[in-house]
Amino acid sequence: MTTTLSPSPPSAGAARKPAGGPLAARFRVPGAFVLGAVLLVGVAPLVLSDFRLSLLAKYLCYAIVAVGVSLAWGRGGLLVLGQGVFFGLGGYAMAMHLKLADAAAAGSTLPDFMQLYGTSGALPWWWAPFAHPAFALAMTVLLPMAVAALLGLCVFRRRVKGAYFAILSQALAAALSIWLIGQQATTGGTNGLTDFQGFFGYDLDDPVNQRMVYFVIAAVLLLLMAAVRQLFVSRYGELLVAVRDAEERVRFLGYDPAAVKLVAYVGAAGMAGLAGALFVPAVGIISPALIGIVPSIGFVIGAAVGGRASLLGAVLGAIAVAWAQSTLSDAFPAAWTYLQGLLFVVAVGFLPGGLASLASAVRARRARPRTTPPAPTGGTA
Amino acid sequence: MTVVLNQSFTGISIGAVLLLIALGLTLTFGQMGVINMAHGEFIMAGAYTTYVLQQSLGGAGLPLLLALPLAFLVAGALGALLEWLVVRRLYARPLDTLLVTWGVSLMLQQLARDVFGAPNVQTRAPELLTGNVSVAGVTFATNRLFILGLALLSVLGLTLLLRLTPLGRRIRAVVQNRDLAEVSGIATARVDRTTFFLGSGLAGVAGVALTLVGPIGPTMGTNFIVDAFLVVVVGGVAQLKGSVITAFALGVLQSVLEYSTTVSIAKVFVLVAIVAFLQWRPQGLYTLRTRSLA
Repeated sequence: MTTTLSPSPPSAGAARKPAGGPLAARFRVPGAFVLGAVLLVGVAPLVLSDFRLSLLAKYLCYAIVAVGVSLAWGRGGLLVLGQGVFFGLGGYAMAMHLKLADAAAAGSTLPDFMQLYGTSGALPWWWAPFAHPAFALAMTVLLPMAVAALLGLCVFRRRVKGAYFAILSQALAAALSIWLIGQQATTGGTNGLTDFQGFFGYDLDDPVNQRMVYFVIAAVLLLLMAAVRQLFVSRYGELLVAVRDAEERVRFLGYDPAAVKLVAYVGAAGMAGLAGALFVPAVGIISPALIGIVPSIGFVIGAAVGGRASLLGAVLGAIAVAWAQSTLSDAFPAAWTYLQGLLFVVAVGFLPGGLASLASAVRARRARPRTTPPAPTGGTA
Repeated sequence: MTVVLNQSFTGISIGAVLLLIALGLTLTFGQMGVINMAHGEFIMAGAYTTYVLQQSLGGAGLPLLLALPLAFLVAGALGALLEWLVVRRLYARPLDTLLVTWGVSLMLQQLARDVFGAPNVQTRAPELLTGNVSVAGVTFATNRLFILGLALLSVLGLTLLLRLTPLGRRIRAVVQNRDLAEVSGIATARVDRTTFFLGSGLAGVAGVALTLVGPIGPTMGTNFIVDAFLVVVVGGVAQLKGSVITAFALGVLQSVLEYSTTVSIAKVFVLVAIVAFLQWRPQGLYTLRTRSLA
């Protein structure tokens, strides 16, 4: 625990010294971060059309989930296959509020779909509190965190781990989507909740307000990335990696691995919930098809492709995969499915560090002959 | 009373399907720690084998009987191929096999869609398996009885194989202590491939059984795979009897809850029950006692 803190994943080579001296090393990550922020907030809204910008907003929501996946899976080794649950809880909490606000604006107490399905005419009791904006906003984050804390406490305290945890979280995703489909009268069933008019008093059809939503999403993503990066280089970040790599040793050193894992899991759940809540005004729908087993695995694959342990890699990977999905899946649905499958096999099977590890692997190869000149394979360039 | 009996029979037949699917998983997951998400697609391969046989031979009874061994071979071969191409490279990272085999399952689903078309297809059940048998006011659907019989037969066959044959002894040795088995001269890599062949083959047999109770489609495997994994998790990976007990228990629990609530709420309750059960036995019903910390 007293070793120097290194922002690079331990798998990316033990003693990697960034080229260019300590000053450049200190500013490289903030530099890349500032560049990304300028691109997202400054350049993208100028260059992209309204339609493309709203697509980017959607990808950024997936990227927010990927920040959490990078924390829990990349650094904590927890294969979180149920992020769809938390994404869905956040999304539904937001969607319920928007529905109730729309209904109130139209002079009704019931959301439109409830009148359609002919419920008893009374609002279900668990819908009522979501009419308050503050409550609904808090719930988008607190509800996923509470569910994650409950499951995490049960699972981690009893040292259920590895594959068992992955399967349980997957089953949770299946159960939630099946439950939502079953309760059509109060949850909208397969159709989910859609057709929102306003967003806290702003008209969602107005392109200016769609831009505002985009800026909110980009800001949340950048803030979370900054916060999680600080977490990665903190004592807690070191401890999390230690738990991933040698849980028993950490336990023998007097730490409680269950608590360490719980923080990462609950944090990732909160981020997924926030992403779901932002997804609703940006895309205009939340439905069981967006949160079941298949999309839950989809949340992980972006991080896997980009590099699970590298924050920037996970975020860029999530954006790239989401972009490829929406670009290719309409034009070539069959080819996209093959490609997606291949992506899983190649990225996870043969490049476990993701694309982020490719760069450092190349750098390590280039650096080797210089640091150790008498190496038998190192030729004089 | 009749209701109770009928519901328990429904539960037992759900359990029989789960058991058939989970048996193969118990082998691959239990022995190698491989989480094979493509297991569901091996079920699909078995089901489509039945369909192809029936289309080419005509009739209903003979193709079904022929499909049982053939589906075992087809699915088994697919499994062995998967093991050889991908899985054997990942034994050091068992958790990653889940995502890799998920990718394989996506590709296999699309392959089925390209070959057989996206819509579901049907097979005709033999006449013997379309009726009902009534005993003391309780009706048993004969196709359900057939599946139950097939599941029990598979358990029996697998148990005998594991207990009595040299191959079974090698498999058990590798499960109990891989390193010791290896230094004792067992070619663990070959045993792994054989185990994967057996486990995947059993998925094929399950696929044949499923043609009797539902349509055959590219995504039929996904509907069962998570439930089947839950059976293995609750049963414990070390012994077959854990999976047998769990499959029937979950089947009955599911059907009783479905009867008293709705299908969707039953699913949620079953999951809660499983999490609660794991509080009591985190390693599952039957565990292998070892001194290792992991």
